[in-house]
Amino acid sequence: MTTGPWALWQRQVRAIVRLELKKHFLSRRAWWIWVLAFAPVILCLTHSLADTRGHELGVDTQVFAGIYQFFYLRLGIYFGCVGIFMNLFRGDVLEKTLHYYLLAPVRREVLLAGKYATGVAASILFFGSSTALSFFFCRLHFGDEFQDFVWRGPGLEHLLWYLMTTALGCLGYGAVFLLMGLVARNPMIPAALVLVWEGINNFLPAFLQKVSITFYLKSLVPVTVPMEGPVAIIAVAADPAPAWLAIGGLVVVSSAILWAAMRRVRDFEISYVE
Amino acid sequence: MTDRIVFENVSRFYGDVLGVNQVNLSVPPGVTSLVGPNGSGKTTLMNLMTGLIRPTRGRISVLGTRPDRPRELFGFTGYCTQFDNFPKGLSGYEFLYSFLLVDGRTDDEARRMAEAAIDRVGLNDAADRKVAGYSKGMRQRIKLAQAFCRDPRVLVLDEPLNGLDPMARAETITLFEEWGAEGRHVIVSSHILHEVDRISDQVVLLSHGYVVAEGQIHGVRSEVKEQPLQVLVRCAKPGWLASRLFELDHVVEAKIGDDGRSVLVRTRDADSLYLLLSRVVVEEGFELESVAPADEDVHSVYQYLIGERGGAV
Repeated sequence: MTTGPWALWQRQVRAIVRLELKKHFLSRRAWWIWVLAFAPVILCLTHSLADTRGHELGVDTQVFAGIYQFFYLRLGIYFGCVGIFMNLFRGDVLEKTLHYYLLAPVRREVLLAGKYATGVAASILFFGSSTALSFFFCRLHFGDEFQDFVWRGPGLEHLLWYLMTTALGCLGYGAVFLLMGLVARNPMIPAALVLVWEGINNFLPAFLQKVSITFYLKSLVPVTVPMEGPVAIIAVAADPAPAWLAIGGLVVVSSAILWAAMRRVRDFEISYVE
Repeated sequence: MTDRIVFENVSRFYGDVLGVNQVNLSVPPGVTSLVGPNGSGKTTLMNLMTGLIRPTRGRISVLGTRPDRPRELFGFTGYCTQFDNFPKGLSGYEFLYSFLLVDGRTDDEARRMAEAAIDRVGLNDAADRKVAGYSKGMRQRIKLAQAFCRDPRVLVLDEPLNGLDPMARAETITLFEEWGAEGRHVIVSSHILHEVDRISDQVVLLSHGYVVAEGQIHGVRSEVKEQPLQVLVRCAKPGWLASRLFELDHVVEAKIGDDGRSVLVRTRDADSLYLLLSRVVVEEGFELESVAPADEDVHSVYQYLIGERGGAV
């Protein structure tokens, strides 16, 4: 049984997560996250239900890899995390409700942990379930062949890697945008800068590529998108990191960013602009 | 552990704008009123002592605890802010219940304490309604409930009477008096000076970010030497008394009241006045009904020290 301050902190984090989930994700205001997360599911389902003559499982596996790399990694998870994590503190400041938490006897670090946990839980739930549904719907029409691929072939392993990549993307981008919501008056500017940085990642020298969330995520994707020319630079990791390094790197980068966010939140002041 | 709220040479600037400057205070238990015009620094002081903002210079301690340690500070402090925004979608009950869970209370404790606080502020019927639909007075009451639901030793209340109807205001003031009498710190800012006056053990007068005066109202008033003290004497023969009073050098004015049974005396030496009144009673058998200071209150002191230059309170 957990005792001492940890028991208290766990209770406080649970209370914060419960409140934040209700405020941010179970309200009508969260509609755009649902749309962003589940739009590719609709696309994949349509693909399965439409004329499927001439489809090949191998090709559709690569089609899904493309959807994952170009939509989920480049757009969905990125912008989802921008919206979810930046608003955890920033949203409360804009709505002038942050004092509700700051008047409670809760350490600021615990408050940050609670909000981050909420963001991680929500984003993984949204984008993880979306990834899984898209994964299945994209190839549902192959019937037994797809079942063989999943249960007796590499399909299940692919799915687990996609889910792992999604979860790590949420952890990494979540930490980045949580910090930005705390330090930037207008967080959209740094968010745009991060987008550019992540976008040009493959054009950067090798050592700079490692200072990026995308670099590690691309290294974890189980299926390479067969592309040639300039577009391939965006989707293909030229010198992918081994899995252990990619996972470890993401955890280390995320932890470092969270540590900086905790330092920042300790001195965070109420400054509601009228 | 000290039982005082201490400000040591505290200044706070918002960029180039002065919030408060060089504040030195040592606030004992009891009801302390912060009085001053809009923008004088009352809310800044309250936000500083609760750690919502940090001083640019100086040190603050609340019963020996630094305000930048919220876990410790809010273990014994409740703050009813002027911020009138509430987390979206919460009912009055959920507002308190969730707050108590964030505090670290168990489910049962949070439930019990939230219900007790709601009962205390008389919001039982509205407890399950969304706070967003509350009237101004109800919102004020739920904020007060949030401040005292954990039974804190220090209560910081920023304009707590705003929006309350006369009945609720009277009940709330009685509550403040009880808390003060129990030895808690009750720091109140209010623009309703006569109500503040009734309950204050001490006052802090602020103007343009500076503490103009502080202490018990009697002491603060006696320091305002340039303004003669006003004493209201009720008696059967005010004309006779007025003629005797004019024999004294320190009496600036003696005005007979419209009711013909009182004299308002303005004097630069209250002790000599009281001596004279004792003498005429003892030696000449003069009958006095009552003698009481007429301007030893927050409103008068405010007018003398801040007055018109301060603008609206």
